[in-house]
Amino acid sequence: MNHNHPVFTDNDPQSELVTLNLGPTHPATHGVFQNVLQLDGERIVSGVSTIGYIHRAFEKIAEHRPFYQITPLTDRLNYCSSPINNMGWHMTVEKLLNIQMPKRVDYLRVIIMELSRISDHIICNTIIGQDTGATTTFLYLFQFREHIYEIFEEVCGARLTTNIGRIGGFERDFNEIAFAKINKFLKEFPVALREFENLLSRNRIFIDRTAGVAEVTKETALEYSWTGPLLRATGVDYDVRVSDPYSSYQDFDFEVPVGTSGDIYDRYLVRNEEMWQSVRIIEQALEKIKLEPKGIFHADVPEFYLPPKQEVYNNMEALIYHFKIVMGEIDAPKAEVYHAVEGGNGELGFYLINDGGRTPYRLHFRRPSFVNYQMFAPMSEGMLLSDAIINMSSMNIIAGELDA
Amino acid sequence: MEETTLNNNILAKLSDKFGEKVTAVSEPYGMLTFATTKDVIVNVLSFLKEELKFNFLTDITAVHYPGKDHGIAVVYHLHNMVEKVRIRIKVFISEQNPTIPTATTVWKGANWMERETYDLFGVKFEGHPDLRRILNMDELGVHPMLKQYPLEDPNRVDKKDEFFGR
Repeated sequence: MNHNHPVFTDNDPQSELVTLNLGPTHPATHGVFQNVLQLDGERIVSGVSTIGYIHRAFEKIAEHRPFYQITPLTDRLNYCSSPINNMGWHMTVEKLLNIQMPKRVDYLRVIIMELSRISDHIICNTIIGQDTGATTTFLYLFQFREHIYEIFEEVCGARLTTNIGRIGGFERDFNEIAFAKINKFLKEFPVALREFENLLSRNRIFIDRTAGVAEVTKETALEYSWTGPLLRATGVDYDVRVSDPYSSYQDFDFEVPVGTSGDIYDRYLVRNEEMWQSVRIIEQALEKIKLEPKGIFHADVPEFYLPPKQEVYNNMEALIYHFKIVMGEIDAPKAEVYHAVEGGNGELGFYLINDGGRTPYRLHFRRPSFVNYQMFAPMSEGMLLSDAIINMSSMNIIAGELDA
Repeated sequence: MEETTLNNNILAKLSDKFGEKVTAVSEPYGMLTFATTKDVIVNVLSFLKEELKFNFLTDITAVHYPGKDHGIAVVYHLHNMVEKVRIRIKVFISEQNPTIPTATTVWKGANWMERETYDLFGVKFEGHPDLRRILNMDELGVHPMLKQYPLEDPNRVDKKDEFFGR
């Protein structure tokens, strides 16, 4: 067997350094990835990251699936905010097909995507608290992720791997219960988030553990292609929602929070502020939806959007379209398209090449966790082990997105 | 069309500098796309980074077109965050000898993207500091995203495109 991974097992017995295998399954890494660290006491001298433990070859599988069957694959990238992945993929195909979406669908999508962003940031920020020893905050805010999942359940029937929506819109309109749940969430969540901030943001122990730890400069972050809250914490105001608006984000009034030093505390603050901004966006979207014609939940593109079952049985055109869509027989232009959305962790890009076949010729996911994580081992050098752990939590590395 | 003027300006500057090395120009969905050769790719990337302010490397990946002279396309996506322009660069290299100079000299973030491309397509990035497989196990022996490796049982006949009039 040809192992060319550097494994530090042939240490000099006189060496003062200790080799530590952090992972692949370690409770503090919140996911399946391994770091082989060399420690001098509590300090990390060098580290090597090994990833790929849950590599599922999605790009290969996608080359053998019609467009609509790729949505469930995207669920399993960043499974903490599946709807953003789903809709990013739908929008990529819609861009390829030049489908103009009705405003109401865009706004419904914005609501779902912002709820996912909140759920993603809840996980990250509460886990930073958890890893610095503040279990209370974790338990306290985490229940709102449950409430978000209840909203998803009402809209699409699933909770974690949502497969929400279709190419061309949603599978059904939001019902009254869904809107009621969203309104309830908007009423209760800010109270809890405020209390969460009261517990952590000015907490002396928390600040001591996070402020000034793992500082990253703008230049380094850009050099390593960081995106998302990590990049914004360093002070670069890059947000795909603003620089490259999709799904009518240009209609909304919100701010892009930025940090100054890029340390863990800044990342925490940026994510917290983004949750406030997401709440703002959802409130605006609910207002805007009231002004739109009721009952529109998909674009009028019968050749790409699955017809209702009733129609399929009673209407010949609907039956033909149904067959063609399910068999992947839609006429898509032979072209290549790159579409990016702002995922929970940064720029989530889809690079799609269509050659006119039933499946994509090539589909590549630009996964923010994968790109962000490559800096973990280099930046851990010289860091305390306990700081490296919270550094990893603050990067919010999701194993599914890391390995695709 | 504001986008097109911007793209034309970029293209004019690139053509001035690299002349006939900039080929196959197109603009699918507003994104300037061109092909270049592997002997100048690092110069093109640094020129775009230093002179034209494409400060951000979004992505590196590859595409396999079997049966062609230069059957592997290495695709770079760059982003000018200030002017909000994206650009796509392709380098077609031969399947038998898939080598290309590394972009890690221009962006450190190219490291894992190139490792992934090496892992999945077998593209050897010359000068890469640590070119190892990243997602698959070391013993795999093949580069699985190449088109000759089927995903499903190759004997299956019910999914052939010819049955659907293609």
